[in-house]
Amino acid sequence: MFETSIKLALTLSQIGAVMGVVLLTVAVLTLLERKVLSWMQDRMGPMEVGPYGVLQPVADGLKLFFKEDIIPAGANKILFSLAPIIVLVPALIGFAVIPFGPNWTIDVLGVEFKPFVISDINIGVLYILAFTSIGAYGVILGGWASNSKYSLLGGLRSAAQLISYELNVGLAIVGVLLLSGSLSLVEITEAQAGGFWNWFAFDPLPFPQFIAFVVFLIASVAETNRVPFDLPEAESELVAGFFTEYSGMRFAFFFMAEYANMILVSCMSTVLFFGGWHAPFPFLQAPGNFVWVTGIFWFTVKVYFFLFLFFWFRATLPRLRYDQLMRFGWKVLLPIALGNVVVTSLLAYIFPN
Amino acid sequence: MATFVFLYFAAVIVTAASLVVLLRNPIYSALSLLVMFFHVAGLYVTLHAEFLAAIQIIVYAGAILVLYLFVVMLLNVKREERYNQQGTVAVFLGVVLLTEAVLLAVSRGFAVATPDPGPEGAAKAVGNTESIGEVLYSTYLFPFEIASLILLVAMIGAVILSKKGIMG
Repeated sequence: MFETSIKLALTLSQIGAVMGVVLLTVAVLTLLERKVLSWMQDRMGPMEVGPYGVLQPVADGLKLFFKEDIIPAGANKILFSLAPIIVLVPALIGFAVIPFGPNWTIDVLGVEFKPFVISDINIGVLYILAFTSIGAYGVILGGWASNSKYSLLGGLRSAAQLISYELNVGLAIVGVLLLSGSLSLVEITEAQAGGFWNWFAFDPLPFPQFIAFVVFLIASVAETNRVPFDLPEAESELVAGFFTEYSGMRFAFFFMAEYANMILVSCMSTVLFFGGWHAPFPFLQAPGNFVWVTGIFWFTVKVYFFLFLFFWFRATLPRLRYDQLMRFGWKVLLPIALGNVVVTSLLAYIFPN
Repeated sequence: MATFVFLYFAAVIVTAASLVVLLRNPIYSALSLLVMFFHVAGLYVTLHAEFLAAIQIIVYAGAILVLYLFVVMLLNVKREERYNQQGTVAVFLGVVLLTEAVLLAVSRGFAVATPDPGPEGAAKAVGNTESIGEVLYSTYLFPFEIASLILLVAMIGAVILSKKGIMG
């Protein structure tokens, strides 16, 4: 009984810590996105709240919290309230299997405890894929329940887009799974230890997964509904797509889910293709018991690099047309991803390590 | 504890499955199907078949059911046109299936078959995913290839159906 309660307390505090960091990052990202976009467009960005506008997320949060919560006439009340939750929960739940640091097991009062990963399950990758596909329901139901043409169109677009690009995400990962021989994100990270030439994106033998990484990145931008694939919420055509009718905290839930998904996808790119918490050169890693300090540092640096890429795309690229999006997904990305699977498995068979 | 968990999953699966048929609104039917898929996946997890559970959610809940919802929303069938007259067929099929179930139950007795404990130990040693892969490519290679052939045929059929004018 005592051990169970210790274990429960440890796990709950770990979940709380990870959740806190993720939500804090979401708040930071809302500001960072506006700042980065502004700098790229030669503007200042938000400057009013706090020095250099750093308190803007607090003001935004307060504003959304006190806004009136409107449910449109004719909307399906249950599904309308349920949709933002269905979107946000899968976005946050995926972080349970992401390893942020070394795979250590420490002993706390006779209970085994892994400090840097909430749960190391042997189907980690599939777990994340399963829950990201559930997030699509929230978008579709939110669009349908709003009783609005724009919302419904946004929801339907997003359904088609998510199904098409999920396939590419899955196939792009297959190469990594072939090379690491595991679905556990902890073991995939372990397989990339010792310098950037061992990361799956660059590892020369048997086959570098860089092409797969590019496919994964493009498909995951589409999965998170970001520019240039933000058709479900294209403001010039659909007002705001599936969350046109949402206001106040429900709108904030959709917003937080989008940013949480971005962080999750960046974490996945880091773990699958860029060595997770491993430093690019072995000498940049702290020795012995302090390896977790540099581990978390490098993990954060890589994740923020990918988040910056998302902002960069948004500042650079125009939105695709709907038929272009579908054609690109099925006729360009899918054959590349399939080809990568074939070539990788052939070469992995010829050059087994 | 295990029995309690099983009973919970079984109860929800049966309830949700009946709701799929009983509810009038097709969107609600699809959602209860989603609840059912999740609980079936939960049942797989209690059986240490984590891979199957994940695939259950990715394939059924993540892809197929989303397509159902997509079609239901896009068609937007009028209320009176949703239900065809299927009463006679339903009664006929129901009687046949019920008779089958009763006959099976009577002929086998209600004894629950105890599963062979061998494979479970093996699955735990090398991992669930690996053992499924091993079995698919050795013991069940032939059915596996047949299944992929059927899928290929279906794929070609879909391509031909959607490409009008290819046959002149």
